[in-house]
Amino acid sequence: MSANVETAVRSQVQTDAAIRNARPLRLITCGSVDDGKSTLIGRLLWDTKAVKEDQAAALKGQKSIQQNELGLPDFALLLDGLQAEREQGITIDVAYRYFSTDKRSFIVADTPGHEQYTRNMATGASTADLAVLLVDARAGLLEQTRRHATIASLMGIRQFVLAVNKIDLVDYDRSIFEHIAAEFRQLALSLGVTNVTPIPVSALLGENVVHSGHQSMPWYSGPPLIEALELATQRTAQAVGFRLPVQRVSRPNESFRGYQGTVAGGSVKPGDSVVILPSGTVANVRQIVTFDLVRNAAVAGDAITLVLDRPVDVARGDMIASVDAAPVSGLAFDAKLVALSEDAIAPGKRYWLKSSSRRQRVRVEPQSVLDLKSGQWSQTHNLPLNAIGKVHLAFDETAIFDPYEANRETGAFVLIDPDTNNTVAGGMITAKSGRIDGIGSGGKDRVLISLPADTADELLASEAFATLRDHIEIRRVSGQEARAVLDTLD
Amino acid sequence: MTENKPPLDPNLKALESEAIHIFREVAGEFERPVMLYSVGKDSSVLLHLARKAFYPGPIPFPLLHVDTGWKFAEMIAFRDRMVAEFDLDLVAHTNPRGSLENVTPFTHGSSVYTNIMKTEALRQALDAGHYDAAFGGARRDEEASRAKERIYSFRTPDHRWDPRNQRPELWSIYNGMIRKGESVRAFPLSNWTEVDIWRYIQAENIPIVPLYFAAERPVVERDGMLILAEDKRLELLQGEVRRMETIRFRTLGCFPLTGAIRSSATTLDEIIEELETATVSERQGRAIDRDEAGSMEKKKREGYF
Ligand SMILES: Nc1nc2c(ncn2[C@@H]2O[C@H](COP(=O)(O)OP(=O)(O)O)[C@@H](O)[C@H]2O)c(=O)[nH]1
Repeated sequence: MSANVETAVRSQVQTDAAIRNARPLRLITCGSVDDGKSTLIGRLLWDTKAVKEDQAAALKGQKSIQQNELGLPDFALLLDGLQAEREQGITIDVAYRYFSTDKRSFIVADTPGHEQYTRNMATGASTADLAVLLVDARAGLLEQTRRHATIASLMGIRQFVLAVNKIDLVDYDRSIFEHIAAEFRQLALSLGVTNVTPIPVSALLGENVVHSGHQSMPWYSGPPLIEALELATQRTAQAVGFRLPVQRVSRPNESFRGYQGTVAGGSVKPGDSVVILPSGTVANVRQIVTFDLVRNAAVAGDAITLVLDRPVDVARGDMIASVDAAPVSGLAFDAKLVALSEDAIAPGKRYWLKSSSRRQRVRVEPQSVLDLKSGQWSQTHNLPLNAIGKVHLAFDETAIFDPYEANRETGAFVLIDPDTNNTVAGGMITAKSGRIDGIGSGGKDRVLISLPADTADELLASEAFATLRDHIEIRRVSGQEARAVLDTLD
Repeated sequence: MTENKPPLDPNLKALESEAIHIFREVAGEFERPVMLYSVGKDSSVLLHLARKAFYPGPIPFPLLHVDTGWKFAEMIAFRDRMVAEFDLDLVAHTNPRGSLENVTPFTHGSSVYTNIMKTEALRQALDAGHYDAAFGGARRDEEASRAKERIYSFRTPDHRWDPRNQRPELWSIYNGMIRKGESVRAFPLSNWTEVDIWRYIQAENIPIVPLYFAAERPVVERDGMLILAEDKRLELLQGEVRRMETIRFRTLGCFPLTGAIRSSATTLDEIIEELETATVSERQGRAIDRDEAGSMEKKKREGYF
């Protein structure tokens, strides 16, 4: 039997030099201990030939290695990279695995299932486009499944694959699969996730992983796991406003001044009007420079050098954005946090906050904490390791964000403890804070000024006015409309 | 600037953009970065990406080559050609203990030799340059202990790597805050696989050392490895015969420790095809990984790349 399986796998012809016509899909796998996560990932790597014979042989050569019934290497061992883990027999950190098919490359964030490792899951999920949630067909959904799904959705994952594993151990029973699938759809729906693909799988036997499981499960007409992954979509931040967090100012000589960074949203082309934040200065794009050629457009994900049409003051940490769809600037924001450190996130403590290329001081006030078991938020004042909380952020200097829901790049941040320099939390902006405590953000004393459009533009573009930009509401109205508004005020 | 090149496929484009982002972030955040340049294919890709990242400016940091003195002669020739062609600022360092104590791969065994001539030499060079960040070309798919490596890998003042004490890394936000003496190793190629490297070399027309292409070369077989028998310092042992074979290398390092593979792949297309049907990993030809289980992790803890 073992020889047969292996030859079948090996003899499968692989098309060479296929052009991968999509970006790599990033996914995360989550399951409870013994659900078969290592077996599933091992199976994916093995059946797509990402694991080579010498690596498998090295394992087989070691003493105390159990090979499974099929004569395949012990996948868990193959995956446990570090000696410390091997000694303890547990997976302690996020590991990244790579495999590919003719159609696509995949990056798997492999995270341990233990409940205390929320931190690892959050790390893996932060970059993932899709989550594969694993359950044992004999056990169905567990409390862990709810936790994993909750964290995945919180981190912005909107596609779930439910792998109902060990389906061989329940005699490929269709009704068991369908019952679990239905229950999971409900759970996903409660988290706002509608894109759910349940798949009955035997990771051990390789059914519905890379190869079809039709033989044993003729009743299942959906795709094997690999096809579901090939077809998965990626979140692109292209539909939103243009964002370029500035990483570096390039000034190789007197005549050239370019702003280097990776487009974090939307697109840009020469001639576009942009605003530089936090200064609020306005300019137009003159050129998009890359090593290969001067381009006529750049989109989210492109690493570019932007040249503007006038000398302006731009530094690392600034954001260049579309004038008509700028991000939110302010001194106070609300956010959700995942606490990653042994030291709790303490109220009132000042941390460094890094978002894109911008780093600034922030004071954090925890408001509430999420109970992963019940899905309820309750009041709190500090967030211990692995806690997920809602917090209030107060800045000394203007901060620039989009809500995480709208843009995963410009809505995410990490907190760094200035005492240890360690990364102690990952955060997601929910909104600009409604609370009034930054300077000048008071709601009462609003003044309405009406100006001719070009004067207004000039004023807004001036550096002197820049810091106030955040507190000004602009409404473009016709003269007639303005008069009507003014009339109602008197 | 390259002209009339077809656009990169989206997979390579995404990997390229990520690498450029990392280069710029480190250059923006650290005071004294340096780029480890080992002359191999991954270093060639790294160099190309660095040129792209800072274009139209020059690469704003030096390159560091830790030369054990036992590299393939063709590697050194190639290195010097690149330095001249791209006007690079290259620092080459060899551990003086090599000649003082006559440390060679033959006399000291691969483990001791690597520790002194690579790991210790690297520490010396990093200390001498007071570098606070060092780019390396390591990929996570290379070896099990690398799978958990961060993009910014934190090192203590004595260059040690503590796998249990690495900072969580979320999104593409990197924490570059360090104290004096501490440093970070940055890995722009973390998410690349070996095939990606070759496809990119092909797509971007990146120069690489000719030893990667098959040719008839003199070899001897030793410890199950095919060793290039060109250097006069290689003494044949009893029973060994020098013979001509059509071979190439999948990785390049010190010639006495790097095994060739029998191959007829003389073009990039053929190399990629060979790779896609390969059933062994690229590190199979490296003596250093075979010393003991977990050997790479051990070397890394001590400061090896
Ligand atoms: N019968 C059967 N056993 C499986 C399947 N998947 C995993 N197992 C077994 O379940 C046990 C736990 O699997 P493992 O992958 O180590 O679980 P992990 O803790 O989630 O990584 C091992 O003995 C596997 O051989 C499956 O699809 N069918």
